[in-house]
Formats: sequence, C-alpha cells, structure tokens
Amino acid sequence: MKKIIAMQDLDCANCAAKMEQSIAKIEGVKSCTINFMFQRMTLELDDDAAQDTIQKIKETVKKIEPDCRLRI
Amino acid sequence: MSRNKKALIRICVALAVTVITVVLKYTVFNTYEWAKWVELALFATAYLVAGYDVLWKAATNIAHGKVFDENFLMTVATIGAFVIGEYADAAAVMILYQIGELFQRYAVGKSRNSITALLSIRPEEATVLRNGEEITLHPSEIAVGETVIVRAGDRIPLDGTVQSGECNIDTSAMTGESLPRHTKAGDNVISGCICLDGELRIAVSGTYDDSTVSKVLDLVENASSQKAPAENFITKFSKYYTPIVVALALLVGVLPPLVTGAYADWSVWSVWLKRAMMFLFVSCPCALVISVPLGFFGGIAAASKRGILVKGSNYLELLAKVDTVAFDKTGTLTKGNFAVVNVYPPDRREEVLKLAAVAEQHSNHPIALSIAREAKADRQADVTEIAGKGISAKAGDDVILCGNEQLLTEQGVPCPKAEGGTVVYVAKNGEFVGYIVIADEIKPDAKDAIARLRKLGCKTVMLSGDNETTARAVARSLAIDEYRAELLPQDKVTELQKLKSAKTKVAFVGDGINDAPVLAAADVGIAMGAMGSDAAIESADIVLMQDDPAAISAAKHIARKTLAIVNENIVASLAIKLAVLVLTLFGVLDNLLFGLGMIVAILADVGVCVLAIINSMRAMLVKKQK
Repeated sequence: MKKIIAMQDLDCANCAAKMEQSIAKIEGVKSCTINFMFQRMTLELDDDAAQDTIQKIKETVKKIEPDCRLRI
Repeated sequence: MSRNKKALIRICVALAVTVITVVLKYTVFNTYEWAKWVELALFATAYLVAGYDVLWKAATNIAHGKVFDENFLMTVATIGAFVIGEYADAAAVMILYQIGELFQRYAVGKSRNSITALLSIRPEEATVLRNGEEITLHPSEIAVGETVIVRAGDRIPLDGTVQSGECNIDTSAMTGESLPRHTKAGDNVISGCICLDGELRIAVSGTYDDSTVSKVLDLVENASSQKAPAENFITKFSKYYTPIVVALALLVGVLPPLVTGAYADWSVWSVWLKRAMMFLFVSCPCALVISVPLGFFGGIAAASKRGILVKGSNYLELLAKVDTVAFDKTGTLTKGNFAVVNVYPPDRREEVLKLAAVAEQHSNHPIALSIAREAKADRQADVTEIAGKGISAKAGDDVILCGNEQLLTEQGVPCPKAEGGTVVYVAKNGEFVGYIVIADEIKPDAKDAIARLRKLGCKTVMLSGDNETTARAVARSLAIDEYRAELLPQDKVTELQKLKSAKTKVAFVGDGINDAPVLAAADVGIAMGAMGSDAAIESADIVLMQDDPAAISAAKHIARKTLAIVNENIVASLAIKLAVLVLTLFGVLDNLLFGLGMIVAILADVGVCVLAIINSMRAMLVKKQK
C-alpha cells in the first residue's frame, strides 16, 4: 500500500534524512522517502499495517523535528 | 503570525537588549560592583529570548535519547560560554545562529516556491460538456470519452483528440519548444499545453492519472528519491563528521591545559574551552546536507523547463560525466522518412525523376513513394518486377530500367558508381540516363547538436542498422566521430558494451520504442521525441519531450552546470569549515572582532549554509543556449 503524506515546516534536510532512516525501521513500513523540496513523504506500507503505524510515524517526525507536522 | 515573523521579532528584541547591555557595560557598569550581575541578567535575557526554543529542543532530544543534533551542540557551546564568563559572546552567538536559521528557512522557502512555480503546469480545472451543459470540474473527475472545452488562455486538462475547433497551442511547458503549434480537428493534443487563441473541443482519451502532465510531474517530483553518488557521499560523510568534530572539540577543550601542565590556571582553561566551543559551532553538517540535493533539484527543474525530464539526481550526475554519446540513426538523427536527396545529372533532374516515376508508379515501396512525391507519372506502363534488383517497365515505345547497379549491368548498361544512400539507377532504351539518391532526411538541428556535444568534450558514435554506404554518408554529413553500420538490434547492445569502460561513461540516444535494451545497457539512456509515448518514458533515464537533437547538448550542459555547483558547495563549505577549525586551534580567531571570535565561527556555520543555498539556486536558472 502506497501512501503519500504532505508535510509542513520541514526545514532541515539533515532531519529529513534522519526521519527517512528512523521511519523505515518502524514495523509495518516497507520504505519511506522524503522529498525535501516538495515537503512530501512517500510511504510503502504493509497491507495490514495498523492505524498506530501512522501514529508512530507522526511521533518519529515530531521527535526529530518538533516544528514539522504531517498534514493528515 | 508566520513563523519567520515571530523569529524575526525575537531576534530584534534579543539584539536590542544585547546592544544596550554592551553599551552599558563599557560606560556606566564600570563604576558599580553589583553591575556585573545586572549585566549577566541582561545578557541571559537576550540569550533566552533568542534561543529558548533551541534549549527546549535540546532538552527534549536528550530525553528521546538523541544527542549530537545542532540544538544540543548550540546549547552546550553557549552554556559553556556563560560558564567561562563570555556572556556577550553567548548571547551574540545565539542571535546569529537564529538569524542564520531564519535566512536558511527563507532561502529554502524561496527555492521551494521557485521550483513549484517552475513546475506549476498541473491543470486545476476543466470545463466538461455534460448533457449539453458546461460544468467546471477538477480534471480527475472526468472520464474517458467525455468532451472538454478549452478556450483561449486555458490549459489543456487531459490528453485527447481534437473534435472541432482550431487554435495555436503553446507546448513550451511540456516540450520546451517555444514556437506555438497549430492544432485542428483530428489532431492529438497533450495535457499541460496552453491554448493561445480560439476554442477547442477535445474528446478525452485518458484519465487524469494517465495524462501526460501528471506523468511528467510525477517523474520530476520523484526524481530526488533516486539519489546521486554525491548526495549519498554527503549523507554518509555527515554521519561521521559531526561526532568527529565533537570529539575533537572535547580534546581541544581538555587536552592542552593538561598537557602543558597549566591545569591550575583558570585563564588557560577558559581560552581552550572557548576554542572547543567554536569547534562545536562548526560541527553541524547543515550546509552540505542541504545544498547538495537542492542543487540537483534545481538542475532537474531547469531541465524540465526545457522539456528534458531527468528521472533522478543520479542520472544528472552521470550525464555530467558522460564523455561518449551514441546515437541511433533512424528517428533520432534522421527523420525516418525517405526522400530524394540528390539527382544526377543535375541538368536532367526532371527527366530522370519522370522516368523513375513512370516505372515505379504501381509500387508502394517507400523508395517508390519518395520518388512519387517528386514527380508524377504521366503515362501508363507495363511493369515487370525483377526481385531484389528493380523494375523493367514498357511505356509506349520506351523500355525503362529502374533499379540498382546490378540490374543495369546485367542488362549491359554501364553506369557510374554513386553513394550517399539508396541509389536508384535509371536507363532508357539501353542507355544510362541518370541516378537518384534516396536517403533518410537528416533532422535540421542534428549537425548543430553534434558540434555542440563535441565542444562539450564528447565523442559521438552512430549505431545504425542501415547499410554501410548510408551510414557513412549520414555520419559524414553530420561530422560524427565514429559509426557502426549493419547492426541488428542485439548487435547495438554489444557495440554499446564495447564503448563502455571504467573510464568512459556512455549515453545512448534513441527513440525509445524499439531500442529499450540499448537504452538500458547505456550508463544513461536518453529517449527522444517521447511526447506521449509511455514506452519511452518507461525505459529511459532521461526523456526528451521534444523531437530535437539540440536538447541533448542542452541536457548535458545543464547536468554539467549542476554538478559544478554541487561540487562548489561541497568543496567550499568543507574548506571554510576546515579553515575555521585550523584558525581556531591556533588561536587566530581569539582576538578577532574585539574578542568576539566566536561570531566568526558561527558565521562559518550558518553563513556557509546560506551561501550554499543561494549558490544552489543558480542551478535553477534556465538559460537559452545559443
């Protein structure tokens, strides 16, 4: 299952790279790419990924860049 | 209030407090003993106003078990400055850091906006005809087979065929071609182009997701997920860079006082601790990490503006390094249609063509058709086809022979040798009259494109399935360095492999339809004239929307410029950081700017970052190459 999420206030390219790495490790996430220029996250999720996978992704984003939000 | 505005206000307040405090410090404060506490309080206020969020982020990050981010480093360095009594430095550094962050956000926002503007070709609405009524909808809600109306100034929302109407359309957003194209009923049009005048009714042939404009945008927007080696290098490098500099900072702060045996002297400690903090400022890899992808993206956006779609930063980097460009002949350098290019003898041109037309009038062979375009048969003929050789025709009293050299020699007609394509010899009543040279027409810009590639230092090679004579003639007239003729499709792959080596990077340019394996085998596969062809977009690394060889040299030029900018950024930011580290170590910065050497260090960090972003934005500039 592919999911594209718009992001807001993603300021630091280094953080985006860190987010990619951390999110890819979350259970249920096959891959994660962040497009820094378009502030967009493309996720490849397992088909049976639970709702809390997204919650975990949100938390990870917040941990790495507190100002950055996911628009979902 | 926007985030940037808030930050600006905080910076101004902190800056004002700092300046006032510095003035007071050198004037009234000198006289009172208690004044140094007021001074500390004022500087601390300025510091907190400017940097409370940094401190907060550092604290939460530590709680999350993450150290070594820029907030943490800034916090350690500035609190350290307070501890050794450099209050003004601590406040100034925090303010400068925030100014840098603000600039950086602003610059990133700016470049995001300009890239978005560069790519703002997505149609947002479409006027569809339903039950005789015009309704305005988002293009994604329109089904195949429906009729959309496009008026002057509108963007064509979906791919389709023109049912009625006539107008000039501006295809520049999709192809980079600046000349408008005239479109009338029956023509296919692609989404993303703008109708300049008139009105079109278009029968939709594909959904929004399948439309050319959506595909093009997807391609460009996702290009950055294919990272270039330079980008990967930086990501890896920054992983080690920060911990190493932090470790060095620790050594610089602790080792010299201990080694020199001056560990009882507070003033020695304070000098080295200050230098250690300056190390920490320089330890953030931000300038590198941000400017590399930004540069590549600028290049990709600039290319797409010219109708050159690059599928990833890595291909842009590879293209910059390509030194051999191999071309397919038919459809790439030539138009793929046969035409009469030469008639001998020139003074009997009409007669030769006429005779050939009479002889070939019943044939549908491409050669016969190209002759028929030049001259009309004016009498009936009784035609005998001689397989593989040509035609013998009886027209009235005349016997016309029309075919290859072998045909004439066998009939005892001597004829001169000719080359430059497919040669059709014509004889009448046993006497040689002349010959017609038929060849694939060379595209008008092809020669220019080859010359430009040579100027950019590329060797050019033509891989052709055609015969030796034709290939040689085309190669010569285009001044191509090398050619290989009579190649079967699989031979092209082998030839391409031979061209490739560790040092030589090869790009292959083809039409993307029957040469997919060759495109895949090349270091960079370039499909040309791919507007609307899914196969080409699928198989190539770089797609030229326009059927124009000049785009190849333009793409190469953009790739080079982009890579140069990225390299400049990497080298300059590393060099400046290294210079600051060395200067700090030897104490050169200590007494600079009235002892505010720390400011130099922080400028080396944020200043370089902003400069790198500005430099990256240069990659976005599209210059018409002439």
